[in-house]
Amino acid sequence: MELTLARMQFAATTVYHFFFVPLTLGLSILVALMETLYVRTGDQTYKRMTVFWGKLFVINFAMGVVTGLVQEFQFGMNWSEYSRFVGDVFGAPLAIEALSAFFLESTFLGIWIFGWDRLSKGMHAAAIWLVAIAANLSALWILIANSFMQEPVGFTLNHGRAEMVDFGALVTNPHIFVQFPHVLTGGMATAAFFVLGISSYHLLRKPPDAPVFLRSFRMAAVCGMIASVLVILVGHSQGQHMVLTQPMKMAAAEALWESQDPASFSLITIGNEPERRDVFAIRLPRLLSVLAYNQLTGEVKGIKNLQAEYEVTFGPGNYVPPVAISYWTFRFMVGAGFLMLLLAGISLAYVLRERLEPAPPFLRLLPLAMALPYVANSSGWLFTEMARQPWIVFGLMRTAEGVSPTVTAGMLWISLTTLTLLYAALMGADVYLLAKFARAGTADAAAA
Amino acid sequence: MDLNTLWFILIAVLFVGFFILEGFDYGVGILLPFLGKTDDERRMLVNTIGPFWDANEVWLVTAGGAMFAAFPEWYATMFSGFYLALLLMLLALILRGVAFEFRSKDSHPRWRRFWDGAICLGSALPALLWGVAMGNLILGLPIDPAMNYVGTFFSLLRPYALLYGVTSFLGFTLLGALFLCLRTTGDLAERAHLAAERLWMPTVVIVSLVVGFGYFVTGMFARLGVNPGVVPISAGAALLATGWFLRRRFHGWAFAMLSLTVAFTLLTLFIGLYPRVMVSSLNEAWSLTIYNASSSPYTLRVMTIVTLTLLPFVLAYQAWSYWVFRKRIGAGSHLEY
Repeated sequence: MELTLARMQFAATTVYHFFFVPLTLGLSILVALMETLYVRTGDQTYKRMTVFWGKLFVINFAMGVVTGLVQEFQFGMNWSEYSRFVGDVFGAPLAIEALSAFFLESTFLGIWIFGWDRLSKGMHAAAIWLVAIAANLSALWILIANSFMQEPVGFTLNHGRAEMVDFGALVTNPHIFVQFPHVLTGGMATAAFFVLGISSYHLLRKPPDAPVFLRSFRMAAVCGMIASVLVILVGHSQGQHMVLTQPMKMAAAEALWESQDPASFSLITIGNEPERRDVFAIRLPRLLSVLAYNQLTGEVKGIKNLQAEYEVTFGPGNYVPPVAISYWTFRFMVGAGFLMLLLAGISLAYVLRERLEPAPPFLRLLPLAMALPYVANSSGWLFTEMARQPWIVFGLMRTAEGVSPTVTAGMLWISLTTLTLLYAALMGADVYLLAKFARAGTADAAAA
Repeated sequence: MDLNTLWFILIAVLFVGFFILEGFDYGVGILLPFLGKTDDERRMLVNTIGPFWDANEVWLVTAGGAMFAAFPEWYATMFSGFYLALLLMLLALILRGVAFEFRSKDSHPRWRRFWDGAICLGSALPALLWGVAMGNLILGLPIDPAMNYVGTFFSLLRPYALLYGVTSFLGFTLLGALFLCLRTTGDLAERAHLAAERLWMPTVVIVSLVVGFGYFVTGMFARLGVNPGVVPISAGAALLATGWFLRRRFHGWAFAMLSLTVAFTLLTLFIGLYPRVMVSSLNEAWSLTIYNASSSPYTLRVMTIVTLTLLPFVLAYQAWSYWVFRKRIGAGSHLEY
C-alpha cells in the first residue's frame, strides 16, 4: 500500500512538474533569439515579440520553480532507503544542478524581468541567454542523475550502498548522450508548437499586431521542423541504445513475448498480460529488427526469454514491467511525435511559400496541436520510468526496496491528497493567466 | 581539517545564506497585509523582493542538494522524519512562489486579496517551521539504530521547539521590516521603521527565553557552559546593536547587525551539534554524525572541488543583482509584479 501510494505521488508530482519544464527549456531559447534579433536590428516588432512571449514564459516558469521544490525534497521524504543507497552517487548531480544552474537561472531571470530600464540592451539580452543556458544545463544535470537509474555507471558497491568511484564516467554515461538531446529537442518542439498555436489564434483574427505573430509563426515553424526531425532521430538512437542496455523495456514497448529474429513491429496488439500472450495482433515483419539495428535481421529478445534470463542473474522474482502501460505510453509518445513532424512540415511549407493567409482551417488546427508535445513528453516519461520496473536503479535496487520505512499510508494519503488538490487548483490559475495574456496580444504586452 | 568537517561547515554556510536571504523575504511577505494599506502599496512591497525571492529560495534547494550529496543519511533521515512538517512547508512555499508571479497579473480585488493572503501565510508558515525544525535538532529526536526517525508529527511540537519557531518567526519578520526600511520611501518606509521598533523588544525577550530555558532542557547549552565563547556572545551583542542602530535610524547598520545575529545564532547551533548532525534522544550512539552519515571520501572530494569553484561566482553575480536593483521603490516607480 505504502509503495503504491509513494509511486503514485512521485508519478503525479513529476509528470506535473514536467508539464512546465520543456516549455521553459525551449521558450527560453526562442525568447533569447527574439531579443537578440531586436538588439541587432532595432526592429520594434522583435521587441514586442520578446515582451509578449517573455510574459508567457515567466508565468510558466513560476510553476516550474515551485513544483521543482517538491522534486528536490521528495527523494528524502518518500524514498529514504533509495536515498541512503544511491546518495553517494545520485546526490552530487542534484547539488551541482542547484549550484551551477538554478542560481544562474533564477538570478538572471530576476534581472531580466525587472531590468528592462536598468540595463543596456545588450546586457539585457545577455541575461535571457544566461537563463536559457542555465535552464538547459539544469536539464543536463538532472538527466545525468536519471541516467544513473537507467544505466548505473562509475560506481562500486561498498558498505551496502552504491559509492561513486568515477565522476567522469557518471557524467559521460552513454545513456546521457541519447537522453539529453531527446529532452532538449523535445523542449524546443514543445515551445515551437506553443508559439505556433498562439500565433495561429491571432493570425486568424487579423489583428493590428499581425506582423508580430506572422514573424513568430515563421520562427516557430523553422525551429519546430528542426526540433521535430531531431527529436525523432535522437529517439530512434535512444531506442537502439535501449535494445542493448534495457532489452526488457523494448520488449514491453513492443509487447514482444518471445524473442524473434528477424523481429516484427507491433502495429496494434491487444494482449493478455497475465498469461503473456496476444489476443489479437497485427505485426509488420522485420520492422523491429530494422529499427533496432538498421538492418533486416537481428534478434530482439522477448519478455518471457528475458524473464528467464533475469531469474538466473538476479534470482527469483517478477522482472516484467506493466506491459500494457509500457506499450501504450510508447505509442502515444511516438504517435504524437510523428503528428508533430507532419504539422511542423506543413507549417514550414506555408512559410517557405509565403502564403500563410489562405489557410484558416490549418490555423484553426494548430491551437489544438499545442497539446501534442504535452502528450508526448508525459507519456515518454511514464514509459521510460514504468518500463524500467521493478527496478528503481536498473539491476541494482528494486523500487519496493527504496521506499521510506517510516512514512505510513496515512501520511501518504495526506500528502497525495493535498498536493493533488493544490496542483489542480494551480493548474486552473495558470491556464487562466496564460490564456488571458495569450489572447490579449501585444497591445497589452507592450503596456504591462 | 577533514572533508567531513569542511562539508559540515559548507552546509552551515548554505543555511546561513538561506536564513538571511530568504529570512528577509519571508519577513516582507509576513508584513505585506499589515504595512500595505492600499493595493499600490502592497504592489510596491512585493516589488521590493521581486527580483530576488527566487534566487534566495535556491539557497534552500542547494542546501537540500548539498545534504543529499555530502550526507545522504542525514538527508534521508531528516526529510523522511519531518515528513508532514516538510509537506506543510512545501505547500506553503509552492503557494507563495506562484503568488508573487500571479498576484498583479489580474486586477480583480478578490484575486489580489487571495494571492496577498497566500504570500503572507506562505511566508509565515515556513518562517515558523524552520525554527521548530532547528529546535528539534537541538533537543534531539527519537532515532533508532537504523537511523530512522520513530516519532510522529506531533512529537515535533514540543514547547521548547515551538519557542524556536516563535523566535525565527519574529527574527525573520524583523529582518523583513529592516529590509523594507532600506528599500522603500515615504510613508511605507516610516511604517516599516515603526514595525521594526515594535518587533525588536519581543525578539530580544524571546531569544533570552530560548537561551535561559536552553540551559535546563538541552544538553547543548550545558555543554557551552557559563562562558559560552565568542560566537554566541557575538550573536547576542549583534542583536543588541541592531536595536541601538535602529533607534538612531541607521537602517543599513541595523540590517547588517541582525543578519550577523542570524549567522552567529545558526553557527552556535551548528557548533552545538558538531560532530553530530542529528542527535538520537534514545541512545547517543545512534546519533547521525558527520562520519556515519557522510558520503565516501571520493564523492566529498569531487563535491568540494565543484563547490569551491562555483560558489564564488554565485556570490558575485547575486551581489551584482542587488547592486542593479539598489534603487528604493516608491510612488511612481515602475512596478513589474
